[in-house]
Amino acid sequence: MLKLPIYLDNNATTPMDPRVLEAMTPYFLNHFGNAASRNHSFGWQAEEAVDYAREQVAKLIGADPKEIIFTSGATEADNLALKGVFEMYASKGNHIITATTEHKAVLDSCKHIEKMGGEVTYMSVTAEGLIDLAELEATIKPTTIAIAIMYANNETGTVMPMKEISAIARKHGVLVFTDATQAVGKIPVDVNKDGIDLMAFTAHKMYGPKGVGALYVRRKNPRVKVTAQMDGGGHERGMRSGTLNVPGIVGFGKACEICMMEMESDTARISKLRDKLEVALLQLEEAYVNGSRTSRLPHVANISFKHVEGEGLLMGFNKNIALSSGSACTSASLEPSYVLKALGLGDDLAHSSLRFGLSRFTTEEEIDYTIKAISETVLKLREMSPLWEMYKEGIDLNSIQWAAH
Amino acid sequence: MAYSEKVIDHYQNPKNVGTLDKSSKNVGTGLVGAPECGDVMRLQIEVNSETGMITDAKFKTFGCGSAIASSSLATEWLKGKSVDEALKIDNMTIVEELNLPPVKIHCSVLAEDAIKAAINDYREKNGLEKITFAESVVH
Ligand SMILES: Cc1ncc(COP(=O)(O)O)c(C=O)c1O
Ligand code: FES
Repeated sequence: MLKLPIYLDNNATTPMDPRVLEAMTPYFLNHFGNAASRNHSFGWQAEEAVDYAREQVAKLIGADPKEIIFTSGATEADNLALKGVFEMYASKGNHIITATTEHKAVLDSCKHIEKMGGEVTYMSVTAEGLIDLAELEATIKPTTIAIAIMYANNETGTVMPMKEISAIARKHGVLVFTDATQAVGKIPVDVNKDGIDLMAFTAHKMYGPKGVGALYVRRKNPRVKVTAQMDGGGHERGMRSGTLNVPGIVGFGKACEICMMEMESDTARISKLRDKLEVALLQLEEAYVNGSRTSRLPHVANISFKHVEGEGLLMGFNKNIALSSGSACTSASLEPSYVLKALGLGDDLAHSSLRFGLSRFTTEEEIDYTIKAISETVLKLREMSPLWEMYKEGIDLNSIQWAAH
Repeated sequence: MAYSEKVIDHYQNPKNVGTLDKSSKNVGTGLVGAPECGDVMRLQIEVNSETGMITDAKFKTFGCGSAIASSSLATEWLKGKSVDEALKIDNMTIVEELNLPPVKIHCSVLAEDAIKAAINDYREKNGLEKITFAESVVH
């Protein structure tokens, strides 16, 4: 039975898996101890639970438990990695390489670093949203300390060539930091095979609770260190002070364990649904996929429907389907998605985009309903769109002198 | 952001969607906004040259729900008004009628601009001088 509303905004956050909640519950009420309390069983129990979760998290990404620093989420992990490396490696250099399509948590940390005297190169990306490897290598200089490139993009799902990026970084003795928030738990991520030195990720994008995440910090070959950005009791080996969020961490661990066990079967099922959705929507005229279709997360699709505006489009079904658009009219900024613009999309196409993020809980009925609702709304709005009419009459929209805003 | 009932109603059942013959002398066409900004509105009026009354009005809009609702409402208001009365339609009246929040005021400004542009197009076609309007504020 189809239950409305349908949730297809899983890049923003995922629902919790009930098994995760079940694992967490005892740590709110019965085992509420502070993991840093050394003198009684409440503390020991909490510590044990955190240790176990640390193993579950580490295992999913092929790391050693000692390499996991728990944080409040990916934003904090991004900040800690970038600012922490910048401070720690000041004697080696001050240059960081990143890309224009990164998440704001990375871009704004980089802006902060620039204010502190750092130098940041913001690389542009190809039309598919990928980094040009030759250009990356040419951008490295003697003062470069780190390359910060996200594993998978939150708007398009485009997956970066991490192995190739880290091979280049290794060759030049530069650290690799990746924001893998959208990738971990969805596709195989292995810090050793992928050559990653620091990695940010978060529980609430992989069926875990909000407010808990981690920074992976490599301990061997090379041993990486970051300067703490939060001072206090010296938790997490001094890299992140603050009483640990024990129930959250337990949930994060459980979420990682489930992802590890079910990734393969989830991916097979979800990617089929995603492809069904995408193929059906591309039957509409003038519909385009944004980002790479080959190097992409299995549960994501970003599609532009030319000559209809994204927010107007969402309104046609947002009572029943939760989705997000790259159009800016949804925000107060009036600027459409900077990620889509970085792919070279015109503002008009960026304004016309919808982002689909499927999940473990997405059903075929939901996808069928979505295909129908979106197709109908696109057709209806095109009947109402002056741009569509002009396009159909063969008028070149670029030849029109639009009023400047 | 939640939409008001009235915006939803206009969005679901827009009034006067369509196209009038823009080459006709009795038809004035206003095309405002820009695809880059995510909003383009085309509003057309048909005027009885004897009486100066607006006998028909049509629109097509590329934009958010509030822009669609603003233009739909504008065409309803235009029909049966004289051209002079139509000039008095103010975007804030649209804002009030549709309960638009502050971030959506520019959608109503667009509708006001479209009305003025359509009237000027009609005037120009009929040998009347174009009216100069003060720059609209928002956008
Ligand atoms: C790529 C990326 N990085 C960072 C974040 C922020 O994560 P958190 O909400 O855990 O701070 C998000 C989620 O919005 C994201 O998609
Ligand atoms: S047209 Fe831009 S918000 Fe309405």
